[in-house]
Amino acid sequence: MINSKTKSLKILIGKAGLDGHDRGAKIVARALEESGIEVIYTGVHLTPEMIVETTIEEKIDAIGISILSGAHIHIFDEIFKLLKKNGLEDIPVFGGGVVPQDDIDKLKSLGVKTIFLPGTPLDEIVDWINENIEPRAT
Amino acid sequence: MLDKEKLQNSKDDKDNWYKSYKDSHKRDVDFTTISNIDVPPLSTPYDLQNLDFKKEIGYPGTYPYTRGVHNTMYRGKLWTMRQFAGFGSPEDTNKRFKFLLSQGQTGLSVAFDMPALMGYDADDPRAKSEVGKEGVSVSSLADMETLFDDINFNKISTSMTINCSASAILAMYIVAAEKKGVTSDNLKGTLQNDMLKEFIAQREWISDPKSSVRVIVDMIEYCNKHLPRFNPVSISGYHIREAGSTAVQELAFTLADGICYVEECVKRGMNVDDFAPRLSFFFNLHNDFFEEIAKLRAARRMWAKIMKERFNAKNPKSLMLRTHCQTAGASLTAQQPVNNVVRVAIQAMAGVLGGTQSLHTNSMDETLSLPTEESVMVALRTQQIIAEETGVTNSIDPLGGSYLIEELTSKIEQMAYEYIEKIDQQGGMISSIEKGYPHSEIAGAAYLYERQVNAGQKTVVGVNKYKLDDEIPIPTHQFDEGVEDSQIKKLKILKESRDMEKIKYLLMDIRDAAVEERNLMPPIIAAVREYVTLGEICNVFRDTFGMYKDPAHF
Repeated sequence: MINSKTKSLKILIGKAGLDGHDRGAKIVARALEESGIEVIYTGVHLTPEMIVETTIEEKIDAIGISILSGAHIHIFDEIFKLLKKNGLEDIPVFGGGVVPQDDIDKLKSLGVKTIFLPGTPLDEIVDWINENIEPRAT
Repeated sequence: MLDKEKLQNSKDDKDNWYKSYKDSHKRDVDFTTISNIDVPPLSTPYDLQNLDFKKEIGYPGTYPYTRGVHNTMYRGKLWTMRQFAGFGSPEDTNKRFKFLLSQGQTGLSVAFDMPALMGYDADDPRAKSEVGKEGVSVSSLADMETLFDDINFNKISTSMTINCSASAILAMYIVAAEKKGVTSDNLKGTLQNDMLKEFIAQREWISDPKSSVRVIVDMIEYCNKHLPRFNPVSISGYHIREAGSTAVQELAFTLADGICYVEECVKRGMNVDDFAPRLSFFFNLHNDFFEEIAKLRAARRMWAKIMKERFNAKNPKSLMLRTHCQTAGASLTAQQPVNNVVRVAIQAMAGVLGGTQSLHTNSMDETLSLPTEESVMVALRTQQIIAEETGVTNSIDPLGGSYLIEELTSKIEQMAYEYIEKIDQQGGMISSIEKGYPHSEIAGAAYLYERQVNAGQKTVVGVNKYKLDDEIPIPTHQFDEGVEDSQIKKLKILKESRDMEKIKYLLMDIRDAAVEERNLMPPIIAAVREYVTLGEICNVFRDTFGMYKDPAHF
């Protein structure tokens, strides 16, 4: 595991859409926090608007969204539209959940950096964030 | 029970064996259950010396029901094979129901889509892209009528997994049956309708815990009078376990939820023996075989004692914990999915040896998508093989008296009581939820398990051991993306065809009942009869009770 103490990151972890299956999101939030990353955990049932509002308010460095309902394409698409509208298209967005391979490709072409599938070791997620996310200049 | 001399002999024998065991080579693994309970290497009569057979185990069909709720168990009647099904439009799911019934399934179980589960119509902006995805789309009585087209309400029993919007769905079911000439006193089935576990685990809600429980008590009261053969609540540990709890937490929080519902009904002025016989339960069947069997046996014993000692129930039916079980969705792996058939078979066997009344077996492809018709059939066949080929149904509670099973049953019971005591000290389940206690216990257990899997301390075949470089893909269910548009179109036509003055009046009556604390069911039934929609009814709840926000603990 890369020591994240060297850079200070603030990551939003939350669940969008109507499904409430938050086991994965909470586990990831806890693993990030234990590794020294600051986590803003938003809970379940977020709309894309709420996600982008929190991103602005909290000066978030990257957005991680868990979805298990099958609504991933619509939700990520809306998030990107709203980020762009607010001039925040450079904020990295990643996801996790049950997503079929074909849809992973579609999500990546929308701009999603990566999708973590069920069974991904927690340290792999922490390492990916430390390698790929940089603090945004404030 | 053993006499003193026999007991001493039995202790000496065990000590002798233990001496040789202690110095022998053992594999370098933790000998614990999946929930991290220490398992003894060997159970003996000595370990059961304090167990009073008559008081704690007894006979099937008699208090404390450890060995089963019926005197004949599966010799009298097999469990109900009830596969949870629902996807796409009501037409799609109606077709799947008929397929399942033609394949020997004995009860129906409806899976609703996320918008219905959260109380939104298909045309609500919040429903976008979720219509018909995780279950069947139902917004109005018209959808309910299509869902049960050509299915005889008199003959089948129907389980409906619906919680915060359950009052609207129950009303639609009652009216759909009534329109086919079946009166509500003939309806058989179960509503999940357990909001406490939603706050603890599954997290689908409209309003805060207190108003949610009030609506549930309304439904229990209504069903008690008008649907005597219907179970108005299925007190569910399933979702608690899926959220990552241990077996003990699942058991303890479920029974504590049950205690809360009973207390609230009694406060309403109901007699415990009038409604308690219709409370049903729903447990998870996870991978750890003996732990699960012991959990189900402990559940029956504990509920019987709680109802008798705490609530002074007299009717034997009030003391019986009747339960549905489902194999653990969270135990299935996306990797090497065919292995899931084996997991499901073993979990289902635990449910049967644990004495369940009803069973759903998951399909192997459910971590990838909704199941295909082929994989659902394998899952149903798994139950039929257990029931009719293996012989396990011949003898009642076949593992009763196993030293290990009895030791584990008592241990799980004792650990679960400790949790229930803690919740009592916090002022009961509603205030425990408000303090964030049960969800934080579950989150801790879920995180520990994930770390143990990551570290290789718990094996998940195909995920952290015996992995394949190239996974072999299996066919998965394909969504019909046109469902959302066609459901919205149908709903628009329906909404425009109604007399809006009448609809407003009916909604106002629901609002008044909510505020005046009148039973909500009569005005909701009156409303759905005129095609007031699920979303419109739930909007009244949102307006009058307010919307609950996730406290977002992790």
